Amino acid sequence: MNYLNKDLNSLHQMLVNKEISAVDLVKGTLSNIKDTDQEIEAFNNLNDRALEDAKAVDARGIDANNILDGIPLALKDNIVTKELPTTASSNMLKNFTSIYDATVAKKLSDLGSINVGKTNMDEFAMGSSTENSAFKTTHNPWDYSKVPGGSSGGSAAAVASGEVPVALGSDTGGSIRQPASFTGIVGMKPTYGRVSRWGLIAMASSFDQIGPLTKNVFDNALVLNAISGHDDHDSTSSEKEVPDFTEHIQDGVKGMKIGIPKEYVNKLAPDVSEAIQNAAETFKKLGAQVDWVSMPNSKYGVTAYNALQTAEASSNLERFDGIRYGYRASDAKTLDELYIKSRSEGFGDEVKRRIMLGTLSLSYDNVDKYYKQAAKIRTLIINDFKKVFADHDLILSPTSRVTAFTIGVEDQDPIEMYMNDILTIPANMAGVPAMSQIAGFSNSLPIGMQLMGKPFDESTIYKAGYAFEQNTDFHKQTPKMGGK
Amino acid sequence: MNFETTIGLEVHIELKTNSKIYSPSAAQFGDEPNSNTNVIDWGYPGTLPVVNKQVVADGITAALALHAKIERHPHFDRKNYFYPDNPKGYQVTQNDTPTARDGWIEVDTKNGKKKIGIEEMHIEEDAGKNTHEQKYSYVDLNRQGTPLIEIVSKPDMSTPQQAYDYLEGLRQRIQFTGISDVKMEEGSMRVDVNVSIRPIGSKKLGQKVELKNLNSFNYVKKALEYEEQRQQQVLMAGGEINSETRRFDETNGKTELMRVKEGKDDYRYFPEPDLPTLSISDEWIDELKDSMPEMPAKRRDRYVNQLGVTDYDAMVITQTKEMSDFYDKMVELGADPKLAANYLQDNVNAYLNDNQTNLEDTKITPEAMATMIKMIMDDTISSKMAKKVFKAVTKGKDPKQFVEEKGLVQLSDPKKLQPIIDGVLNDNQQSVDDYHNGKDRAVGYLVGQIMKQTHGQANPQVVNKLLKGSLDK
Repeated sequence: MNYLNKDLNSLHQMLVNKEISAVDLVKGTLSNIKDTDQEIEAFNNLNDRALEDAKAVDARGIDANNILDGIPLALKDNIVTKELPTTASSNMLKNFTSIYDATVAKKLSDLGSINVGKTNMDEFAMGSSTENSAFKTTHNPWDYSKVPGGSSGGSAAAVASGEVPVALGSDTGGSIRQPASFTGIVGMKPTYGRVSRWGLIAMASSFDQIGPLTKNVFDNALVLNAISGHDDHDSTSSEKEVPDFTEHIQDGVKGMKIGIPKEYVNKLAPDVSEAIQNAAETFKKLGAQVDWVSMPNSKYGVTAYNALQTAEASSNLERFDGIRYGYRASDAKTLDELYIKSRSEGFGDEVKRRIMLGTLSLSYDNVDKYYKQAAKIRTLIINDFKKVFADHDLILSPTSRVTAFTIGVEDQDPIEMYMNDILTIPANMAGVPAMSQIAGFSNSLPIGMQLMGKPFDESTIYKAGYAFEQNTDFHKQTPKMGGK
Repeated sequence: MNFETTIGLEVHIELKTNSKIYSPSAAQFGDEPNSNTNVIDWGYPGTLPVVNKQVVADGITAALALHAKIERHPHFDRKNYFYPDNPKGYQVTQNDTPTARDGWIEVDTKNGKKKIGIEEMHIEEDAGKNTHEQKYSYVDLNRQGTPLIEIVSKPDMSTPQQAYDYLEGLRQRIQFTGISDVKMEEGSMRVDVNVSIRPIGSKKLGQKVELKNLNSFNYVKKALEYEEQRQQQVLMAGGEINSETRRFDETNGKTELMRVKEGKDDYRYFPEPDLPTLSISDEWIDELKDSMPEMPAKRRDRYVNQLGVTDYDAMVITQTKEMSDFYDKMVELGADPKLAANYLQDNVNAYLNDNQTNLEDTKITPEAMATMIKMIMDDTISSKMAKKVFKAVTKGKDPKQFVEEKGLVQLSDPKKLQPIIDGVLNDNQQSVDDYHNGKDRAVGYLVGQIMKQTHGQANPQVVNKLLKGSLDK
């Protein structure tokens, strides 16, 4: 069955009314993936046991009060699960299957949702296109010659193409929002600490956050409801109470104050610039007050982010040493050789590049110049946000300066690739929530707008995003699958 | 040329918490390799540390015992290096914000009391253990994540004996807090030494050398003595001291080169992003202060000034907290403080030495010892009999019951003793005559006969008095 345009509420009603069973849904999903994924290549591994899981749900009956019961979904391949391998799209973990479930995976399966597979990504979440995957490049459903964005490109493409209604991604510098933007869907990076990181293969621990990718804003809020909350396994997860993010979602934006940072609208592709102006007009029409604000330290964001993120990543990836799990070089004769060969052969170029940059950033002679200086800039960026949020509810900007680019074109220039994240990185630096949703098209490719909110105020973002969606038609368009 | 020595010590102390510092695995030894481990200890993908609050509490307790200034907002740092016993590729420790700084302890040296400064102390995780066999190397992660406190002294010591005294003082204070067993032989206390020498009067410190493999306080002292001589010889011969790590060889008492340090080790420290900065409240510190056991120096004062025990006995009793607590309990149960000190000092200590054991591992209880001492105090048993009773106490027997069963009760009643004495005098007229002829030795013989008749139960003092009275009539 094709549920391409069905939202979670409709699917749930069909399940409750027994118009379809969980098995029907999962079967449909798997056959859908089988057809579509030959060209999209969103999945690294499909779950052999998904049908059995669905049978078990049907056997006990759908819980009418649980919106995710029996719903198929996909997880980014850096969220560990017992059920199938977790590779982080790296040869280092090609054959790695975890013996424990990530907290988010456990929460979702406890609610009866069915994990149908793990989605492709840039290796260890390092990249903006999935081109850094050791296995495959995922294609943008709107145009197969374009990237889906990254690093959660597999999750974004799987949702955008209608393979699954929901996928989880992770966002360190824009890895949920930029692919959501490139594929025209909704991607939320929650407040740092809102969602447990237990079981997320760490890239840069002080930035990483798991979040949902969905076809619409309401679905996104429903999924965030399910995965949020404190976890005893993660000391950085917040003890703050989790509201029902859908409760006030229909309240509208009347009286809301939305700021657009003037520094965020430089060097935009013309269509992107226009889409954001239109979005501002839409919000104004709906009763919000929209004005210019300044976030002067954002211009240092990418540079500082690179010094911090690579530093943390270089340390986080030290555990992949070929000794206890993962790839081990077969012909090493000494301990040093074992380390060097296993890591040289197991990691791809981008991962090695960041390990080297991070090691440089932390090294004795450079730590003051790079890591510590960058940490100070982080504080300045946090202060920029505080100032704006003192008299604004939300910050509006494009998610990316451009729309999805062509596969292969930016492969040669890592610096240009890093600059792709310039508009998304500040939210990670400050730990504030930020969401991307579709706000227009440019040459038939989606344009994403970003809404950033106060810490732990995802509700306001959803409220504005929902109001925007109700008053625009962009999200109603579906990819013509490959643009052909 | 004359030289002076500068010594600094880095001491690692293993805490005896139930679980590890960042994971719920049991922190205990001797189990099947890797049995006390979980995904956190393996450095498994996606895992995160959670700080064991007891470790933080123990760190603060140690800081209080060492008069150190407690950091109110400590965070953790990663120390990065590759080794198979270090599964994450980094050790989670405290670099920027140690648990406490600027402490001191006062130690007894030959020249009186001396204050030795403590630079800083921090909590961190221990590494696992690698073992190597011919074909394979093995990694056991049971010890991985066991909580440690590292205590870094100031370079305040100038002789090997002072280093020894500092270690003994440190061991005692930590032992009394109850947070660690502090036993070198079991690895719950480990010592690394930094030592340099310089010509007397020179302002600049000499090149320091690090010493390792020091498995007892004595070895620390011996290694330092050797190292002082070695460095002097090198300098006198016009040579230079290298920045190096040397290993102490117990068999020949020498230090030998392990590795020359080239440049500075680069551990790429940075704040551990997986753990939030802690906040240590005044209330918590006060709570820990209140629950802290009395320190050895205070106890010694109390023993000498309030209980009339000798300095030496007080020192022996405060060697370990167990011994000192045992003593306090005996006194509390009514044992005479001086007698109690004597018995601990002589009988108990001798027993522990003979059997190479610790007080807490024996069947000797303060209740039994107090009972025994009270029987000595009221003349129920003689000190000679007490030897037998003590033996029974070491076997876990109740002294009162033992004395009754064996009929060891002392005969002190003159009405009962007089007839026996009279009988002995009748049977030994020769000795009585000898006594009257000035041969004092005869008294000894007669006492012996009386003791024989009473199976050794007669109270010697009473016998002596009665016998004298009868002979001099």
